[in-house]
Amino acid sequence: MRPWAIALLRRWESLLVLAFVAFVVLGSSLSPYFVSGSNFSDLTSNLMEKAIMALPLALIIIAGEIDLSVESMLGLSSALLGFTYALGWPLWLDVPLVLAVGGAGGLLNGLLVTRAGLPSLVVTLGTLALYRGLASVVLGPRSISGWPEWFTNFGFGDIPGTLIPWPLLVFAALAVAFVFVLHRTWIGRQIYAIGKNKEAARYAGINVARVKTYLFVLSGVLSALAGVILTARFSSARADNGQGFVLDTVTSVLLGGVNIFGGEGTIVGVVLAIFVIGVLRNGLTLADVSPDTQSVAVGALLILSVAGPTLVRRISAARPRRQLTNPVSNS
Amino acid sequence: MSVRAIDSPTSSALAGRIGLERTLTLVARLREVGILLVLLVVVAIVSIQAPLFFSVSNFEQILLNVSLIAVVAVGQTTVVLTRNVDLSVGSVVGLVAFVTGDLLKEHTLDVPGAIAVGCLLGVGLGAFNGLIIAVARVPAIVATLGTLYVYRGLDFLVAGGKQVSAIDLPRGYLGIASSSVLGVPTLIVAAALIALVAAYLLRNSGVGRELYAIGSNPAAAEVIGIPTQRLIFGAFVVCGLCAGIAGVLWGSRFGSVNALAASGLELQVIAAVVVGGVNIFGGSGTVVGAVLGAILLATIENALRILHLSEFWLLAIDGAVILLAVATDAAIRGYFQRILMRTGRR
Amino acid sequence: MNQAAAPILELTGVSKRFGAVQALQNVDLQLVAHEVHALVGENGAGKSTLVKILAGIHQPDAGQMKLNGQELVLSGPAAARHLGIAVIHQHPNLFPDLTVAENVFVGRLPRNPLRGVDWGELNRAAERLFADLGVKQSVSVPVRGLSVADQQLVEIAKALSLDARVLVMDEPTASLSSREVERLFTIIRQLRARGVAILFVDHRIEEVFEIADRVSVLRDGRHVITVPIAEVTPADAIRHMVGRRLETLFPKEAATLGEVALEARGLARKGLFSDVSFQVRRGEIVGLAGLIGAGRTEVARVLFGIDHADAGEVLVAGMHADIRSPKDAMRLGIVYVPEDRHQQGLVLDFSIAANVSLPIVQRLSRLLVLDRAQEEGLASDYSKQLQVRATGVDQAASGLSGGNQQKVVIAKWLATKPTILLLDEPTQGVDIGAKAEVHRIISQLAAQGMAIVLISSELPEVLGMADRIVVLHEGRVAAEFGRDEASQERIMAAATGHAPA
Repeated sequence: MRPWAIALLRRWESLLVLAFVAFVVLGSSLSPYFVSGSNFSDLTSNLMEKAIMALPLALIIIAGEIDLSVESMLGLSSALLGFTYALGWPLWLDVPLVLAVGGAGGLLNGLLVTRAGLPSLVVTLGTLALYRGLASVVLGPRSISGWPEWFTNFGFGDIPGTLIPWPLLVFAALAVAFVFVLHRTWIGRQIYAIGKNKEAARYAGINVARVKTYLFVLSGVLSALAGVILTARFSSARADNGQGFVLDTVTSVLLGGVNIFGGEGTIVGVVLAIFVIGVLRNGLTLADVSPDTQSVAVGALLILSVAGPTLVRRISAARPRRQLTNPVSNS
Repeated sequence: MSVRAIDSPTSSALAGRIGLERTLTLVARLREVGILLVLLVVVAIVSIQAPLFFSVSNFEQILLNVSLIAVVAVGQTTVVLTRNVDLSVGSVVGLVAFVTGDLLKEHTLDVPGAIAVGCLLGVGLGAFNGLIIAVARVPAIVATLGTLYVYRGLDFLVAGGKQVSAIDLPRGYLGIASSSVLGVPTLIVAAALIALVAAYLLRNSGVGRELYAIGSNPAAAEVIGIPTQRLIFGAFVVCGLCAGIAGVLWGSRFGSVNALAASGLELQVIAAVVVGGVNIFGGSGTVVGAVLGAILLATIENALRILHLSEFWLLAIDGAVILLAVATDAAIRGYFQRILMRTGRR
Repeated sequence: MNQAAAPILELTGVSKRFGAVQALQNVDLQLVAHEVHALVGENGAGKSTLVKILAGIHQPDAGQMKLNGQELVLSGPAAARHLGIAVIHQHPNLFPDLTVAENVFVGRLPRNPLRGVDWGELNRAAERLFADLGVKQSVSVPVRGLSVADQQLVEIAKALSLDARVLVMDEPTASLSSREVERLFTIIRQLRARGVAILFVDHRIEEVFEIADRVSVLRDGRHVITVPIAEVTPADAIRHMVGRRLETLFPKEAATLGEVALEARGLARKGLFSDVSFQVRRGEIVGLAGLIGAGRTEVARVLFGIDHADAGEVLVAGMHADIRSPKDAMRLGIVYVPEDRHQQGLVLDFSIAANVSLPIVQRLSRLLVLDRAQEEGLASDYSKQLQVRATGVDQAASGLSGGNQQKVVIAKWLATKPTILLLDEPTQGVDIGAKAEVHRIISQLAAQGMAIVLISSELPEVLGMADRIVVLHEGRVAAEFGRDEASQERIMAAATGHAPA
């Protein structure tokens, strides 16, 4: 094979494309409905909330931290939106308020990590419980419905004349923005530097604590946005909305090739992984596997996406090297 | 950084340092006393507000509620001591609970047999966690976040929408929870026994001390020849076993089991463990502390019910308590570290 | 002491190489019972490597080791301990959460009949050890609250409990107060009386003369001399340590000195340094000399805004400067080439271009977008100017040699157009050829009007490069020499606490 072909094949993203194609083929053999336009519309709108949360999470993990609290922030946002709407407040006030609360929740995560020096793992495990708990404090077991039609239509309707759901448009715009920021701007460069070598980044004048805090705030705001979208799509605000989303969100980031120890990963990989998981779940749904049981497959993917590369490296390190060409950088 | 102290310590500074050393030791020991004090304050306040609260039967209720969580917390403590964490415990309890219940319901096995299979299942699930972490070197948080959903998914697969109800279960099994030993409910006795044995082993066995050593200084543990990865694997097996024991008792305690049993339990358990003074960075903490932490949280839960406050606060309290406990620990440590620096010693 | 006694531990012709650096070459050493043997040498002379070989951490490339006349091969730290060679490192490696007694007996705790730990016996045994050492130490407290000095005693007690015949102490006094040093010396004398062979590694001459019976000098990885302490004077020892080097060094070009660019006034940071004052003029190189731990790096970190001073003032170009972060320092034109290239200087996986541009990525961007062409242009300009040898500016920094990595770090800071350059051990781990190039670069920068602070443990480098030399000793300015007054002996004397001649 030609060197460029080898290089392309070695890219993690290529593997993801292959996995995607494989799942599509498998899915269409399961059900003729699989490759239809309306299924595409279903599949993507089911994904979008998780996908929107995965984008900032990718940046956070690249910067060497983690945020497990995203799904709870989604729930808190949904609950708060329902609560304020039920009070009769107009949506143009509720939505910004909910996004601001999301930002505040992210700020709390960020400050506990960067100022108090606590590990993000424990902090966001704590806020995973705290934000979900606050959600049920705010709304209790109620579910709020009776949303205006334009709002619910935004949640599950398609852009007129197309099969593209509105949330996909939101996600696409965000994904483009994230690709731009991470791969083209100085901000992205600083995020990679922090993840690769926090100390050297600090010595180069980068305000590591501030960058990380902003990322947590961003994660909070976008999780809250995901909560708004989910509320619109389900036409229902509930405190337990989005429970368990953390699995798919974390899995799509790590399966997307983001290094759990920071410093490596691309947005394109994450986006591909989001769709791989989406197609997998969609196929399993068509095969009558319940969403909870599907999590066996997604959980296994999560573990494999981290264990796989490590094991491959250990096995190939144990064998004598026989490389004819120079190792190609595959980052 | 190595720096010679510039100022020779004066005798008063020296005396201060000896005092500091004592204080540090005391702080470590005071954790359990501290929880007990908070517990007393909570009990006192709630008792004044609601006399109903202060009764033997209510305390028995609290301890019954705590017993299963306490058993899981014992396993979690073992894992956290080694600088790891097990998020999958809730799913292990749920899966074991359902499988045990189902075996009894279908009369596949008798009570001792089903209990043995349930415990073995717990061991197996814990061992699987241990393999991913100790052999494939996946960070514990990622590995157990994955198995949290894998095990829960298997639970749904096995359950398939079914439910095990009290009428399906043999009397001998249900009797475990309702029976008592010398007037004390069997579940409480069992949990106390497990906690005491674990406390004894962690404090006094060679392996127990090595677990502390691993969490305290992993590199040094490796240097002196402690089989670090093997012991971490072992800690996850123990954690699986504890969750398995809680799982086999689950159906007996609650009568019915569905695929959602014990979901979210992991957060309660982790809250109990960190409140109980087990350092989330490994190396310090005791089973007794973790159990006291569980009792404190269960008392607060009970008090909320008795005072007719919203139960919806419970999860939020767990979360806040995790953050508070970890932040306080870090602050105390940082404070003493600074004092040590000031007095010219590190 | 006992000249005729057979050595317990004997090293013959031991060599060790790390990449391009020959850390030890053909070193001989004999340790005898009832004797404190001091090993002295400058930073980088090879002392640590020798200690690590004795500890079983490194294996020698060549040469022979004998323990009690038997050939000795140390497969690892456990083997060394097992054979009765105890090593006490500068920073004790203990278990902070375990008790003192547990740390002493870790891995071999006494058991009771139930196979549990016999705490009574454990504590009694530990107490006996400390009583033997004549030290009051509560053995049931966790190690976390103990000072470095007390932690060393725990290590010593551990060595005693293992019945160690050879005790290696690597700069044990580096972080002790003078009172703690006295206590340590009392204990070392006791151990000597019991027949332990002690290797005392240090570079504080006065301490060596207080405690040692015999002294060996290492220089540039070679064994220079071994003599009974009575037969040498401190001045002799220092002369042997610094020696006369044959390397050709690039002397500083003449530069006209401008006005004062940077001034430190009474700078202090608790527990690290105090009352540090000096000035640097434009075009001037001020050498900051002193032993490891004298506070040089700590001063530089404060000047660059990584740490903050507890007292004192920094003036830049005569104006009070409030430096709270590296960014503030950069804004004032102060940059810092740190000692630890790999941890602090570079992002090793980044390309040369990305490393060079890191501090100024914001400046190289328009509407947030990083201008890659400008970035590469800048990086290749500086690479050319500093003669970085690489396949191109897109090569990862990790693939470069030490000297070229250092040039990339310097390039990165030059790209910020600084006026004040703080250099911390700029030629450490750099081969001779590249060293001369780095010296040439520094010299040229000074000639262009840059104010330079050069921290270096290599005296010839300081002597060759610096216009003025400020010597730190235990966090204070011990002496200041002009170019003409300075000599290796005088600097070393000031750095080791001997009053300036």
